Amino acid sequence: MTSLAGLEKKINSELTTKINESKIKHGQLYLTIDNEDLLDVILFLKTNKNTKFRQLIDITAVDYLENTKRFKIVYLLLSHEINQRIILNYLINENEVISSITKIFPAANWMEREVFDMYGIKFKDHPDLRKILTDYGFEGYPLRKDFPLTGHNEVRYSEDEKKVIYESVKLEQNYRNFDFESPWEGTKYIKDQTKK
Amino acid sequence: MPKETKTMNLNFGPQHPAAHGVLRLILELNGEVVEKADPHIGLLHRGTEKLIENKTYMQAVPYFDRLDYVAPMNQEHAFALAIEKILKIEVPIRAQFIRVMFCEIGRLLSHILNITTQALDVGALTPSLWGFEERETLMTFYERASGSRLHANYFRAGGVHQDLPKNLENDIEKFCKTFPNILDDLETLLTDNRIFKQRNVDIGIVTKEDALDYSFSGVMLRGSGVPWDLRKSQPYECYDRLNFKIPIGKNGDCYDRYLCRIEEMRESVKIINQCLSSMPKGPIKSLDGKITPPSKKDIKESMEALIHHFKLFTEGYRVDKDEIYAAVEAPKGEFGVYLISDGSNKPYKCKIRAPGFSHLQAMDYLIKGHMLADVPAVLGSLDLVFGEIDR
Repeated sequence: MTSLAGLEKKINSELTTKINESKIKHGQLYLTIDNEDLLDVILFLKTNKNTKFRQLIDITAVDYLENTKRFKIVYLLLSHEINQRIILNYLINENEVISSITKIFPAANWMEREVFDMYGIKFKDHPDLRKILTDYGFEGYPLRKDFPLTGHNEVRYSEDEKKVIYESVKLEQNYRNFDFESPWEGTKYIKDQTKK
Repeated sequence: MPKETKTMNLNFGPQHPAAHGVLRLILELNGEVVEKADPHIGLLHRGTEKLIENKTYMQAVPYFDRLDYVAPMNQEHAFALAIEKILKIEVPIRAQFIRVMFCEIGRLLSHILNITTQALDVGALTPSLWGFEERETLMTFYERASGSRLHANYFRAGGVHQDLPKNLENDIEKFCKTFPNILDDLETLLTDNRIFKQRNVDIGIVTKEDALDYSFSGVMLRGSGVPWDLRKSQPYECYDRLNFKIPIGKNGDCYDRYLCRIEEMRESVKIINQCLSSMPKGPIKSLDGKITPPSKKDIKESMEALIHHFKLFTEGYRVDKDEIYAAVEAPKGEFGVYLISDGSNKPYKCKIRAPGFSHLQAMDYLIKGHMLADVPAVLGSLDLVFGEIDR
């Protein structure tokens, strides 16, 4: 097992300009890079004989609604050879298109589709960028922070039409979201929010 | 003149019994040979990750039971580990042993289900009848510890919810004595069975390289001969104190994966036995009153405990701003939680890494060139549960 500090040093010296920030925490290496360098860095980590990060564990995004660089894209990598994990990330703007890494890791295919489905982030050169988890004909990107928890549509079987129909959500009771930071201001009710 | 061939599209599922739940597989067939498989998933999508972002850490635990619902506690484990690493909580040793023991019981539950239903898919009915009797016993163990057969909500950050009830340890020990015989019986039905072998040997072969490229984990990876198990390579909890082996396959086909699972069950029984013999008495959760709820007795006697109880079950505990990935070796492979906390009482982001998601993704690669009748065999050996794939 190569030490994490040694690995950090190695990666920093090989990819000097491409690594913006690196830190070690919880026994894992956190790397921050630029959007444009993604393919180079991933390819290096996968093929270099000192790193050999042969497994792509997952790809995901994080929505920071108030930031100008709204999304953080995260890649989790694992190396069996040196038994270490890397968490690679970079920030992008809302409408930025990012490169797909399906050419390097075939496993990235569905992971990128999921990010596209959940956050609406588009991938360049992806062989098959379709929605994956949400319903056929679903609109919106559910994991974005401005998407309401209740969603917009609900489904029921209509006795009159003898088929399953879609309607906009009708809530019998509000979902109560308590604000624990300042409990005196009361809660924001979803019904009130949707009225606006 | 070359014979004109036409491909046919076949909709496999979502109501097909061999689709293991709600998989809709669109197959492109040339005669009986599969040319392309396009799995449509998401029919069981419940938005778990979105829900978790809107719940306190304690309220989020039961969602993990509903992912891979045949081995619920293994998933809670990953979430509990993630929180514990951020908060730097020490888990008492008894709790660690209880957790490991129930994780291995979860592994048995999952593998019994998988092996017997895989046998069912290729035409053998009896193994599932025998296997499900054992699963029933194991689920009563779950029930006696947590109060619930399936959705346990038992592993909490800092330990487990409550101590084991009287006699449970004895009954688990008794089970560990009889279960290897049941496994032998199951093996007499399947391992050398001509039909079972014809349906599984050399079907769905995965090479080492491809297993890595497609992000396989767990048995899917070990069946292809990659010696990798998080319980050994990145030991969490008290796995480093236990003595067990990791079975590895050779050919990477459905049959090897079946053999791996059988051997893993035998190792799990060994682990459970070791846990039972070396489990000390003592606390079962961290004593930090800001994280774990006080006992019923304390609430009646101590004002502070009452306040802690009230605060924990309304507001919940806060987790410092941090970012972490914690993984466990679930029965199906590497199950991980990527957690971002922002210092409040709710997770800012909680990405769940389900092993089955990557495995199903490779369906097209696995099934190309096989016959239609091999589809259930390959699906069976992938060990899919849609709770975790669709999330």
